[in-house]
Amino acid sequence: MWNPEKEQMPTSQLRKEQSENLRALIRRVYDRVPFYREKMNLHGITPDDIRSIEDIAKLPFTSKHEMRDVYPYGLLAVDRKEIVEVHTSSGTTGKPVVDAYTRNDIDLWSEVMARTLGMGNVDSSDTVQVAFGYGMFTGGLGAHYGAHRIGATVLPASSGNSKKQLQLMQDFGTTVIACTPSYCLYMAEFAKDQGIDISKLGLKTGFFGAEPWSNKMRLDIQSKLGIKAFDIYGLTEIIGPGVAAECCEADGLHFFEDHFFPEIINSETGETLPDGEKGELVITTLTKEGTPVIRYRTRDITYIMPEKCRCGRTMRRIHRLFGRNDDMMIIRGVNVFPSQIEELLLCIEGIEPHYQIVVDRKAMLDTMEVHVEVNETIFSDEIRKLEHLEKTITTELRNTLGIQALVKLVEPRSIARSEGKAKRVIDNRNLSIEA
Amino acid sequence: MIIKQLSIFLENRTGRIREIADLLAQADVNIRALTLADSSDFGIMRLIVDKLDTALKCLKDNNISTALTSVVAVEVPDKPGGLAEVMNIISDSGFDIVYMYSLPEKKHNNAIMIMRFNNTEEAAGILNKRGLSILKQEQVLCL
Repeated sequence: MWNPEKEQMPTSQLRKEQSENLRALIRRVYDRVPFYREKMNLHGITPDDIRSIEDIAKLPFTSKHEMRDVYPYGLLAVDRKEIVEVHTSSGTTGKPVVDAYTRNDIDLWSEVMARTLGMGNVDSSDTVQVAFGYGMFTGGLGAHYGAHRIGATVLPASSGNSKKQLQLMQDFGTTVIACTPSYCLYMAEFAKDQGIDISKLGLKTGFFGAEPWSNKMRLDIQSKLGIKAFDIYGLTEIIGPGVAAECCEADGLHFFEDHFFPEIINSETGETLPDGEKGELVITTLTKEGTPVIRYRTRDITYIMPEKCRCGRTMRRIHRLFGRNDDMMIIRGVNVFPSQIEELLLCIEGIEPHYQIVVDRKAMLDTMEVHVEVNETIFSDEIRKLEHLEKTITTELRNTLGIQALVKLVEPRSIARSEGKAKRVIDNRNLSIEA
Repeated sequence: MIIKQLSIFLENRTGRIREIADLLAQADVNIRALTLADSSDFGIMRLIVDKLDTALKCLKDNNISTALTSVVAVEVPDKPGGLAEVMNIISDSGFDIVYMYSLPEKKHNNAIMIMRFNNTEEAAGILNKRGLSILKQEQVLCL
């Protein structure tokens, strides 16, 4: 365990600390962030109304949409000089969600990621290969900072280039891997094709997140790589990875609730649900300085498991995610909304396109096809003009979302419509955790 | 001198050409010339037909993406060197051919090539002045 003092803190002490931090946080954002001050005023709440952690339910929610509206620095609660790093989630037309970190925030991030790696007893003798992306994707640097904090050897491989990944594993004796679960299985297949038995390379632990994965995938990963696989949870809006992580019991993810306070709400009424009831996860960053987030609606569905865990940690767990209550897709670890693709097509053609997104998982990796109906406005008699259109859409999708999609031009009315409305997304992956 | 060609967008899937042929047959449209251009997952069918408006309406009614394209019908002497002669004139006049295909003809001494140029309208006039025989829509349909 990385930080037994914190991770095994008595619940009464934890609540006391949470209350203190929440009071200080609300006072801070009320003074320094007009966005929060205005919302609190609108709800008739002053910082004096927030005395303990139970009062958190009085505060208004924050949505992804609102966070985008105040792009880039609308949530900043410190002087710009204090910011040492910025991450953004993918967006369209320059409106992503921003997470700006102070030096203390990076410190906090390193701490929670060290706790995450500590779930698998990673220590300074380990070599950690980080195969999450590093470029404007929190996965890479988050795992990197955690491994640094522990004093392990980091191999910042980033995502992709499986040949190089295998080479690193062989030459440097990687013991810990951090990546998306589907990429891990892809690497296992790739190694097999190269005649390499990846389970014999000395790997013992893997940390997987950024996309949904089933229990069957966990078994696959564990048997093919000969490792123990841990599920980790996080999101750019909050800090990146390091919000919650599974311990060796593999029965729910411990929420690092001294820093990130979880609530479960009824997504229709907004009412807070008691521990054990399934609903939408809402998170408040109690200690983050740069861009604090109050009651962020994650749209992720889970429930809080309040029971004491056999591992000895007192932080409450959340069940592995059951899915989402919006139309966000997670493709190769990247969050994608159909509306982003629609906006992008509108920008290219300036007409309302009929399109369909087909998501699948082939040879362990997510694939995305975007089918665009060729109406008379975009139809050209010349093949190369249509091919150019396909290429433009592909390039724009890659630039905006960071995903390589296969763009297919299809005939008008060939995309099925139900009650006049086209079904925008067909997801052929089985993402249920029970699968 | 400009001929109107019908261009149709087609996905590459089994039976699609047959469906188009059936539609045109039902509308009593006669196809005088046809060519298919293809990429890996779609194709463009280009047609010269006798009843253009009828064909256009019947395709649109069936939600098929169509466009009318200007092309030129050029007579090519049906003998060795016939095509070379025509190409020399086109090339010397500075026109680029975007695509071309031949028209089957029954009782004529010359071959007919359908051509689309980078500047089709201008090409028709200039090539005609330079001695190429350019056919009119009616002539093509009467062959």
